[in-house]
Amino acid sequence: MKSKLTLLIILISLIGFMIFAAPLKIGFIFVGPINDNGWTQAHYEGGVVALKKAFGDKVKITYIESVPEGAPSLNVLNSLAARGYKLIYATSFGYMNQVVQASKKYPNVIFEMCSGYELGPNLGEYFGRMYEPRYLSGLIAGAMTKAGKIGYVAAYPTPEVVRGINAFTLGVRAVNPHATVHVVWTFTWFNPPVEKDAALSLINSGCDVLAQHQDSPAAVEAAQNRGIYAIGYDSANMGKFGPDAYLTAPIWDWSAFYVPNVKSVLDGTWKSESYWKGMESGIVKLAPMSDLVPTTVKRLVKAMEKEIVTGKFHVFEGPIYDQNGELRVPAGKVMSDDELLSMQWFVDGVVGRIPKK
Amino acid sequence: MKLIVEKRSSRASDLSILFVSLFSVLVALIILGLIILSLKKNPIEAYIELVSWPFGTVAGVVQTLIAMMPLLFTSLGLLIAFKMKLWNIGAEGQFYMGAFAATWGALFVFDHISNPWLMVPLLMILGMGSGAGWAAISGLMRAYLGVNEILSTLMLNYIAIHWVDYLVYGPWKGAQSHNFPITATFPKAAILPQYGANGLNLGIFFALITSIFVYYLLKWTRLGYEIEIAGDNIRAAEYSGINVKRTIVIVMAISGAISGLGGMMEMSGVLFRLQPNFSPGYGYTAIIIAWLARLNPFIAIIVSFFFGGLLVGTQQIQLFLQIPFSLINVFQGLVLFALLSGEIFLRYRIKVVRT
Repeated sequence: MKSKLTLLIILISLIGFMIFAAPLKIGFIFVGPINDNGWTQAHYEGGVVALKKAFGDKVKITYIESVPEGAPSLNVLNSLAARGYKLIYATSFGYMNQVVQASKKYPNVIFEMCSGYELGPNLGEYFGRMYEPRYLSGLIAGAMTKAGKIGYVAAYPTPEVVRGINAFTLGVRAVNPHATVHVVWTFTWFNPPVEKDAALSLINSGCDVLAQHQDSPAAVEAAQNRGIYAIGYDSANMGKFGPDAYLTAPIWDWSAFYVPNVKSVLDGTWKSESYWKGMESGIVKLAPMSDLVPTTVKRLVKAMEKEIVTGKFHVFEGPIYDQNGELRVPAGKVMSDDELLSMQWFVDGVVGRIPKK
Repeated sequence: MKLIVEKRSSRASDLSILFVSLFSVLVALIILGLIILSLKKNPIEAYIELVSWPFGTVAGVVQTLIAMMPLLFTSLGLLIAFKMKLWNIGAEGQFYMGAFAATWGALFVFDHISNPWLMVPLLMILGMGSGAGWAAISGLMRAYLGVNEILSTLMLNYIAIHWVDYLVYGPWKGAQSHNFPITATFPKAAILPQYGANGLNLGIFFALITSIFVYYLLKWTRLGYEIEIAGDNIRAAEYSGINVKRTIVIVMAISGAISGLGGMMEMSGVLFRLQPNFSPGYGYTAIIIAWLARLNPFIAIIVSFFFGGLLVGTQQIQLFLQIPFSLINVFQGLVLFALLSGEIFLRYRIKVVRT
């Protein structure tokens, strides 16, 4: 009798041990290929690679590339949840609708949604204040332009992109009050030929520095071919595509979010929140400036970076005027997160239009 | 001795078509296996992943059906036009216009209607009407101005996609969506009945009913007869007193209506709100499906089920074997390539001749 009981206890504790020792299964859904030198690669390196390094056997990670936004993503979410994946990261806004559906169906699975806005008991949101390093890159562009015309290849007129263009322009204008930033919409996040065409049209219209909110290095490449300067985005890898053009890039380091987030799930302290941090957390950065940037400019950028990181300077602090010369943010006032998250107007100095209601 | 390739005199039998199709898929699978082997992964595991979830689990089969629904609608729409040798490649645009009209109805026109028995039929009419109108533009241009419908339908696709983009980035942005490009969610009455937790909805049954309708239309109606004659020989059709111009417009309109209905069903059944890029090119895949189904509405069911399963299954091998997406592309291309090259053996025979 006693031996049977002991056996039972051993068995139960063994099962318990196995359950607790089983690695946390994590799934990533990517919108592009992991070697795009841009958005998806940044998530892959900051997520899959960094997590494997940080947690080793404690996690089991899988990922899937190039999942179309809309209905096909629902299958991915369902099959991951059905196969015992307990933590799922959806890395594009276009999946939000499906993530919300899946999070209701699988209350025991934690979903984290990048750059969306819906929250739930098991659904969190995460993003970074990319506008901070964008402002710094604007300082550089403003200092480097001779024509006073800077081109900006932009994907879609979402608040995130608009915010980036505005922050960049504020940076440009801080050092070069008469320079203008010219925006071309491509209506694609990743389509190198389209991005390149947009870049070339900006160069042809007289822009001598290019910035971008695109996930491929096509604009950097175009700048290289035509002998002008370019600022990349997403990842420092973009520099490889234009050694004589590339100045720097506002970049993501998603590991600053993923590693603590996974740790909180492992510790059982995870809670649903809207994570939106800036340069102080390391999730967004300015990539090392190339040798094309003069030392004086580098020094200025470093000084401003320190102001931002310590919270002494806020990019969207008034006075800020819009394109029509109307005062949008009075002096001394800082825009609220709500206002920033739904920003849908351009600051003074931007040449271009947001498709209007 | 030499090899001669000569055209077969008789049409291939149904059995040989089936045999060649299965053989083609098999060839593609074997090549896929070799590629996976070269990645030092187990091809048997990949085959199991490829079929076990999409065809072997309730959630997976439902997912296959969901993936199949828009494919079936659009391929049914296309095959009517193809029967008459009208090369409508605008199913994608007609699908978008159907989704657009359904969203318009659900959110802006009938938003005060709370009875689904009234709302859903109204949305169906809107979806069909808008798809029909969109395709009829090409039909009219073809019939009365002689404009090539391949070009006009293709170009109208881009217009439809940009039209939807404009709406979701502009006037239709949802009030609650923080300026993100997505409309508000459909009201309850505009959502099709859902069965179980996996997302099975009434739309798939409508798709099956539509294939019966298309079969009936082609086989038993006067219009179907006219389509067949005009498809065989347009001159002969004219001489026999068929108003070919009118038929072209009608056929294009019906073709577009079915794709438009598909767009409406995708909205009301699966997505519930309009967003950009909501179709990963269903209307283009449908062209291939219509052809592989030999323009038969019942075989189209089987072929789109197969393609839906292929979509779902290839996601599984990416997820659980970590096969890179580029190889999945290669595999999907191989399946098509094998199926299309199988055609050669149906149309030609290779003979050994002694010299």
